[in-house]
Amino acid sequence: MKFGVVVFPGSNCDHDVYHVIRHVMEESVVYLWHKDTDLQNVDAVILPGGFSYGDYLRAGAIARFSPIMQEVVNFANDGGLVLGICNGFQVLTEVGLLPGALTSNDHTRFVCKTVHLRTENVDTPFTSEYEQGQVIALPVAHAEGRYYADTETLNLLHQENRIIFRYSDPDGNLTEESNPNGSLKNIAGICNKEGNVLGMMPHPERACENILGLTDGLAMFHSLIDNRVMA
Amino acid sequence: MFKANVTVHYKQGILDPQGKAVHHALQSLGIQGADEVRVGKHIVMTFPDLSKKEADEATKKACDKILSNPVIEDYDYELVEEKS
Repeated sequence: MKFGVVVFPGSNCDHDVYHVIRHVMEESVVYLWHKDTDLQNVDAVILPGGFSYGDYLRAGAIARFSPIMQEVVNFANDGGLVLGICNGFQVLTEVGLLPGALTSNDHTRFVCKTVHLRTENVDTPFTSEYEQGQVIALPVAHAEGRYYADTETLNLLHQENRIIFRYSDPDGNLTEESNPNGSLKNIAGICNKEGNVLGMMPHPERACENILGLTDGLAMFHSLIDNRVMA
Repeated sequence: MFKANVTVHYKQGILDPQGKAVHHALQSLGIQGADEVRVGKHIVMTFPDLSKKEADEATKKACDKILSNPVIEDYDYELVEEKS
């Protein structure tokens, strides 16, 4: 399977994603420069974390206008797999592939720690290797991760089972204390209606090796690769 | 020459953490009377060669397309004529 990792000026998790795909998963991966318009026939696109364009105006606001993003939007609309992590999630909401917005954490501080997530939907190409309701541990590192959407959108996400991960305690309870940023409904990750675009604030690529202390991100990459083999 | 003074701020009802923090600071300073503080952004654009109508259209387009995110923010602006 061939992955493409988009590199914006200010991306800083692009190498982490590349490393996991190439050296841990042993799959093919290329960088996609933000000024390029060729997706190089990749099977999946990953928008990595970081601070694209310095997060000027709003996180993701300027990255969405980069030349590569028009191709990513076309790719997603044709059913291609797109995963946005952290800043990548912010870019996906700004460009309109995912509803809602990510804005300043309720406590105004940058939060950098391991959080627990409850897996809400395993019927997606990103989560098929997790168990329904499985609680996983992944790192978060962001200042603008508070998910907001109007009530109508939140209801729709719920009805269509598009909330994929929620912040929880280690036992899977959705508590206020386990919510690191004030996201509505403890939302940590959502997908589009068709299920081929996922955005999430936590970092699965930072949780794929024993030496790093966390390995719950591995199942996401396994899901993507297995899904490709089956397709 | 026209100058557009644009203000972007969170919509009413959306938590403004910076505004809340500043409000606490006002109270610590003993500045009384403000029941709420909201923090926004001020963006200035200058249009040396556009008519007022063109500058207005350009400003509105900029606000809708990039300067604000309609999911969470409102904007307002005023156009000021300046001698170039």
